[in-house]
Amino acid sequence: MRVRLNAIGASLAAVLGTLAAPKAGAQIFGGPKPGEIGFLPANTEIADDMFWFHNSILLPVIIGISLLVLALIIYIVWRFNETANPVPSRRTHNAALEFAWTVAPALILVIIAVPSFRLLAQQLIIPAPDLTLKVTASQWHWNYGYPKSEGGFSFDSLYVEEKDLKPGQPNVITADHELVVPIGKVIEVDVTSQDVIHSFSVPSFGIKIDAIPGRLNKSWFKAEHEGMFYGQCSNICGIDHAFMPINVRVLSQRDYEAWLAQAKKQFAVSDQIDVAAAPRVQP
Amino acid sequence: MASVTDFSHHGVDAHHEHEHHIPTGWRRYLYSTNHKDIGTLYLILAIICGLIGTVLSILIRAELMSPGVQVFPWISAIMTGDGSADAAKNMYNVFFSSHALIMIFFMVMPAMMGGFGNWMVPLMIGAPDMAFPRLNNMSFWLLVASFLLLMCSMFAEGSPGMHGFGGGWVLYPPMSSQVGTPGPAADFVILSMHLAGASSILGSINFIATIFNMRAPGMTMFRMPLFPWSVLVTAFLLLLSLPVLAGALTMLLTDRNFHTTFFEPAGGGDPILFQHLFWFFAHPEVYILIIPGFGMVSQVVATFSKKPIFGYVGMVYAMLAIAFLGFAVWAHHMFTTGMSLNAQRYFVFATMVIAVPTGVKVFSWLATMWGGSLSLRPPMLWAIGFVFVFTVGGVTGVVLANAAIDRYLHDTYYVVAHFHYVMSLGAVFSIFAGFYYWFPKMTGYLYDERLAKWHFWVSFVGINLAFFPQHFLGFQGMPRRVVDYTEAYAFWNMVSSIGAFIGGAGTLIFVYVLYDAFKVKRVAGANPWGPGATTLEWQLPSPPPFHTWEEPPHILGDEHDHAPAIVGHGSAA
Repeated sequence: MRVRLNAIGASLAAVLGTLAAPKAGAQIFGGPKPGEIGFLPANTEIADDMFWFHNSILLPVIIGISLLVLALIIYIVWRFNETANPVPSRRTHNAALEFAWTVAPALILVIIAVPSFRLLAQQLIIPAPDLTLKVTASQWHWNYGYPKSEGGFSFDSLYVEEKDLKPGQPNVITADHELVVPIGKVIEVDVTSQDVIHSFSVPSFGIKIDAIPGRLNKSWFKAEHEGMFYGQCSNICGIDHAFMPINVRVLSQRDYEAWLAQAKKQFAVSDQIDVAAAPRVQP
Repeated sequence: MASVTDFSHHGVDAHHEHEHHIPTGWRRYLYSTNHKDIGTLYLILAIICGLIGTVLSILIRAELMSPGVQVFPWISAIMTGDGSADAAKNMYNVFFSSHALIMIFFMVMPAMMGGFGNWMVPLMIGAPDMAFPRLNNMSFWLLVASFLLLMCSMFAEGSPGMHGFGGGWVLYPPMSSQVGTPGPAADFVILSMHLAGASSILGSINFIATIFNMRAPGMTMFRMPLFPWSVLVTAFLLLLSLPVLAGALTMLLTDRNFHTTFFEPAGGGDPILFQHLFWFFAHPEVYILIIPGFGMVSQVVATFSKKPIFGYVGMVYAMLAIAFLGFAVWAHHMFTTGMSLNAQRYFVFATMVIAVPTGVKVFSWLATMWGGSLSLRPPMLWAIGFVFVFTVGGVTGVVLANAAIDRYLHDTYYVVAHFHYVMSLGAVFSIFAGFYYWFPKMTGYLYDERLAKWHFWVSFVGINLAFFPQHFLGFQGMPRRVVDYTEAYAFWNMVSSIGAFIGGAGTLIFVYVLYDAFKVKRVAGANPWGPGATTLEWQLPSPPPFHTWEEPPHILGDEHDHAPAIVGHGSAA
């Protein structure tokens, strides 16, 4: 099964290679880079806001608190060790101080809460979608379904083994068939699972939503840049949990339509499923 | 303000020693109803299980040291005779699942509650023993049975043709139901958790009854040292949360074996219901793992600063607040399950509130040290180390409390880094602080303090090196619980593994410290820590006689004086 789909994947990738030839500078590699310590590149407004919220508010606050505690410890050990301070004080109360260290953290939390709650609402209130895609997880691959308006086809997306990789493809996180979406459109993903719980995650889009049997979970994104964006299954789902890559390719509307025309033919043959009529739950 | 303890007729009484026959040999421990012996048994169990859990974690880090699956084919071949790629990946999952369960239920909990709780609570409150000595024995041996069941699960069939349960310690169905793990390995884990839960519930009842009813005359609740307070708070957390886990596990067990469908969508059930029930237990559980540590760190900090705890009453209320809030934040582990906006808003808010009492505790420890006369002996090093690493683990918890950011970091290595800072550094450092603090009391021997300091510094460097880079891996999107990863994650994983090996070397030093202490037998004396050690256990010989406080000490002082200048929490009397 896997071998056959990999073969199909290889041929599709060859086709895609010509269709989605990178325009100079326009393509983003939305995956991890060696030795990096920060977020993956943001590709939605929400991800931009999330990274700003973390890097400009949360990170300074937590580094500040940690350094304050560390500085106090170092000062105390230097100033109040038994050589420097042989006679201990007996002081055990200071109402003003105790009040201050209760209220100050509370105020900091209020400051954090304002952007946090705003961002949360942006993430969870889904705008009217331009395109709704169905994502179905199973052990151990993803299935991506396109609505009737786009041709009503679906296809499996499987892990590509190291020996089948093409130059430039990262190992472990490369899938044979990527989810392809147009740029600048509100895209809703409806996520479910056929067996155990998986989780659909695309860090660059700022989304992660569990794929749960018996439920249809929703999330959304509106991609700002073209490129290839990588994620992985984010809930332990069995022996091949590490090998359920999520690849999303963002294309211009024109390139997307060209891909769609080709994909309709390719996947209509191999896999005829009407997404809208497909059973929602397969427990 | 002055306070006096009347020791004129306390229980180290030759007359009584003659009356009570002290059992010897295996009967003394197997049938033991003595809180000190049971405490010792718990500590031995915790050390053995801690070493097993550490070996598992070292093997996990060895696998993750570089991309590819190299180590686990060998481990799987040795353990099951099957060295295939699938068996290796399965065995990896079994290892991290077992690592978590062993460290939580068979290392941290037995060390803190069963070990130090049993040993020190009666001594510190002036009680002759625990309220229900036979129940105490049963609590311990249930835990041994529970551990054996967990070990059985590693060798029983899980997924078809595979050994062990690999669905993570959270046991989420359908991974843990017939769909994900049809074999009996999951049943063994469930039964193991059932027994561990029963053991802890019985132990909690015992602690609550002991602390409420058996305090020495004059030892009011607000004269009680912070360690018994922390055990009391933890006992209530256990008593209230574990029955919920028991319910969830029973439903899971009947789903698996008797065709019920509590968590099975096809029968109208819901896998997310299990997550709610599980985290209703498991969030209090993570406080269960740290609150006794708070108590131990408070004792150690006060002792080695030679100064009473700063803001004692605030410290007690902070623990109560953390415990109370701990029951109201469970679904912050479930922000990606598709909960409604309002539910997520509530859990963000409630979770952030916990930062306030936690901050009170950290600042109170610092204020206790401020103005003190610090003696940097091994227990104090571990306690100061605890304050710092617990702060680091705490602030990343504030980051994760924001559902909007958790959406990115959930189930990545950032979370692994966060909870290991709180647990593997925080809780474990507090355990070592307590261990090095009370070891002379429990055994009568001092250890080699120079080696114990080496143990601290090697562990501190190693474990920080192991876990700090995992924050970076999380930002780069590396999911947790993966056996293999893409090339780009190689560098920080290598650093992390090197750190883990250094931490492992620290553990070897610990084993040597133990061996050396029992071999050299440096006599500790009743109180090796000087004037800062004011709680009741330091008034007894080291090791204490088989029976102590048969006639309770009288704690004198002003009934309305909440100031800590009282025997029990920090006066030089």
